[in-house]
Amino acid sequence: MTTESRAERWGAIAAPIALAVLVAIVLLLLAGANPFEAFKLIGEGAFSGWANMGETLMAWVPLVLASAGLIITFNAGLWNIGIEGQIILGGIAASWAAREVGGPGWVVVPAAIIAGALGGMVWALFAGVLKTRFKVNEIFGGLGLDFVAASLAVYLVIGPWKREGVASTSGTDLFRDEALLPTVAENNRLSLVAIGLAIAGVIFVYYLMKGTMFGLRLKAVGRNVRSAFLLGIPTSRYMLGAFALCGVLAGIAGSMQAIGFHFKLIPAISGGYGFLGILVVLLAAFRAAWIAPIALFFIAMSRGSTQLALRLDIDSALGGVITGILVLLVILGGGWQARRLLRREAAS
Amino acid sequence: MSLLLENIHKRFGQVHANNGITIEIEEGTLHGLLGENGAGKSTLMKVLSGFIDRDSGRVLLDGKELDLTTPRTAIGAGVGMLHQDPLVFLPISVVDNFLMGSPGSRLLNRAEGAAELRKISEPFGFNFDPEAPARTLTVGERQQLEIVRLLWLGAKVLILDEPTTGISEIQRVDLFATLRKLAEQGMIVIFVSHKLEEVEELCQRVTVMRQGQVVGEAELPTPAETLVEMMFGQIIAESDRPHVEYGEDVLALDAVTLKEGNLTVPDLSLSVARSEVIGLAGLEGSGQRTFLGGCTGLVPALSGSITIGGQGMAKRHYRDFMRHGVHYLPAGRLEEGLVEGLTITEHFILSGEDKSFFVDWDAARQGSQENIDHFSIKGFHDSTAESLSGGNQQRLLLAMMPPGLKLLLMEHPTRGLDIESADWVWTQILARRNEGTAIVFASADLDELLRYSDRILVFFNGRVIKEVDARCTTGEQLGYLIGGKEPE
Repeated sequence: MTTESRAERWGAIAAPIALAVLVAIVLLLLAGANPFEAFKLIGEGAFSGWANMGETLMAWVPLVLASAGLIITFNAGLWNIGIEGQIILGGIAASWAAREVGGPGWVVVPAAIIAGALGGMVWALFAGVLKTRFKVNEIFGGLGLDFVAASLAVYLVIGPWKREGVASTSGTDLFRDEALLPTVAENNRLSLVAIGLAIAGVIFVYYLMKGTMFGLRLKAVGRNVRSAFLLGIPTSRYMLGAFALCGVLAGIAGSMQAIGFHFKLIPAISGGYGFLGILVVLLAAFRAAWIAPIALFFIAMSRGSTQLALRLDIDSALGGVITGILVLLVILGGGWQARRLLRREAAS
Repeated sequence: MSLLLENIHKRFGQVHANNGITIEIEEGTLHGLLGENGAGKSTLMKVLSGFIDRDSGRVLLDGKELDLTTPRTAIGAGVGMLHQDPLVFLPISVVDNFLMGSPGSRLLNRAEGAAELRKISEPFGFNFDPEAPARTLTVGERQQLEIVRLLWLGAKVLILDEPTTGISEIQRVDLFATLRKLAEQGMIVIFVSHKLEEVEELCQRVTVMRQGQVVGEAELPTPAETLVEMMFGQIIAESDRPHVEYGEDVLALDAVTLKEGNLTVPDLSLSVARSEVIGLAGLEGSGQRTFLGGCTGLVPALSGSITIGGQGMAKRHYRDFMRHGVHYLPAGRLEEGLVEGLTITEHFILSGEDKSFFVDWDAARQGSQENIDHFSIKGFHDSTAESLSGGNQQRLLLAMMPPGLKLLLMEHPTRGLDIESADWVWTQILARRNEGTAIVFASADLDELLRYSDRILVFFNGRVIKEVDARCTTGEQLGYLIGGKEPE
């Protein structure tokens, strides 16, 4: 047996990051911008000013929640591509509660969050049942359900929940004030409830995977379904459990989007955080402890790069390009490292 | 024209699958390659057909060295292989299958292909509808299609790997007629089998392999006992075994029919008592695995009744069998036993008695270390399963078995283990037997079967063809039975 040294392990992470930065610099130079100024602008775009930072953090919350959910399904060996749909359903269900449940904020807000969690869970269980009972690969089932969820959101926005008078894809009417997450200040979206939920989500997933029998069995299912089954683990039930828990977290993410960020239901309520979450989790190598900082980096890149367009006249898509390249390079680095270990083992 | 394999070596890790093999085959010969499972026949044929690369050695056809790096270069050099499961794509048409893999034009010329197909098929009396989907062909016809395709690609050497598994008797007769015709036309036909009778019926010469080496060659016909001895070696079974009192019956099967894939194991009746050891003999895929699956609820019984300790278990789930004291150890230690990436400690937690929601890691580590010491597993509590050697993986699997089992089912309990580990494994198993656990195990090792079993069931083509008392059976007799022959 050969093992990798600590330095090698860090090298496998640091080298691709350095390479990604290098690629970013080259791209910026090609676009005719000063790379250092561009990086500074990205940082400013994400973090300068309280209101701006609040918005960045409120975008971070759903991404963290979705990533936390994906940690569970990835550990169970499931590619939960349906997470986008689960976020959307969470947003829809939360919007329903925000519109229909009366009473003060301490009734409506929890109701909306719980509704969102249930909406996400039900949508995830659809994919789970398709997988376990009908042998539909969760990637295809999930992708199909994503489209259905997105269409459902559009239908609601321009149909039954359309704004008074005009039906517009810009969204429903704003929810009434009691239905919105309480914020720290006027004109600042930042909500401590949302931040608390995101942190709680990460801690929950961390201990679930590390300290519980459920997490350990889930890992066994994800790594070798056959062995897990022969060990007496009810594998289908555990897969469904993973879907359900991921759906709950995704649904809460959706509810945060609805009552904490947009304050209404919009067709693109998921914000693409489901797919982005997949990248976060891949970069975090399926470990819960890493998702919070990585998610913050992703959000900062995407929000900060809008400044590039405004100030340097560079397309803001550059932020997405850089994060994409980073993920690819880190994954390549991991694969390269694994191959090197394998070769060394063969040689020894 | 003659084919010469010269000093072929191939290793897989510790296993020397082909150890200096030299065989020469003359033009127009039907040549048999005989040997037990794991003797190295398939490896040799895969080397010859370009599926795997040899470590060293040469292959010469007519004195010319062949390039056998991929199946494509092999067929280009004139070596074609008919696999046990014919390489036919079921959803697409016969003619498309025929054209598949043909070199040359990127555009398919189906009309020409159909004409070629007809031309080559005709002398053999094959009759294909070129437009029919390959799914409509019987397995025998799929083989015919493969043969015709390989001939069209210019095969001068045709290898057939266990071609008679899964085809009917009539199809077998047809196949043999075809092969004889091919040999008459000057082809070299290599017929790989572990069935004595078929080799005797078809072939003119035979090479016998055992443990990666050629152990003998013979002109046929030759007395069967010579071949059996070459295949299995001299078996010295020990007779001094302690007498153990059997208890009440723990496993009873009454007219059970099992079906797994396209193998049906019909009408099994058997009862096994506490402390009894039953060996399952037979060639790989003859039904032993399906039988074990049936006794654990993994393969559902189509009919009949299964009882465990007096409790009817038909249609019950695998975990119900576990709850009733049945434990199953399949052959694939890392495939269907251990979980790659999880540590020894994690395996003990998963298999342990403590099912509480939160894991007590300190206690688990301590318990794991005790087990590691007690079962002398060479590894640490945080070693992953795949980092252990085969013997230590098997030790871990045995250490993970719950106490107080009624019935222990195993597949190849000592396959690939060195003698020390194998002995240790059997010490553990026999200790369980002495506690009253009934043991049922499948093995390809005749010595192991004769040494440890009380009774041996011999499987052939999905049926139990014979039940013998291990105390008064010789290795030679068992070898005959495994090959589907009654000992004289």
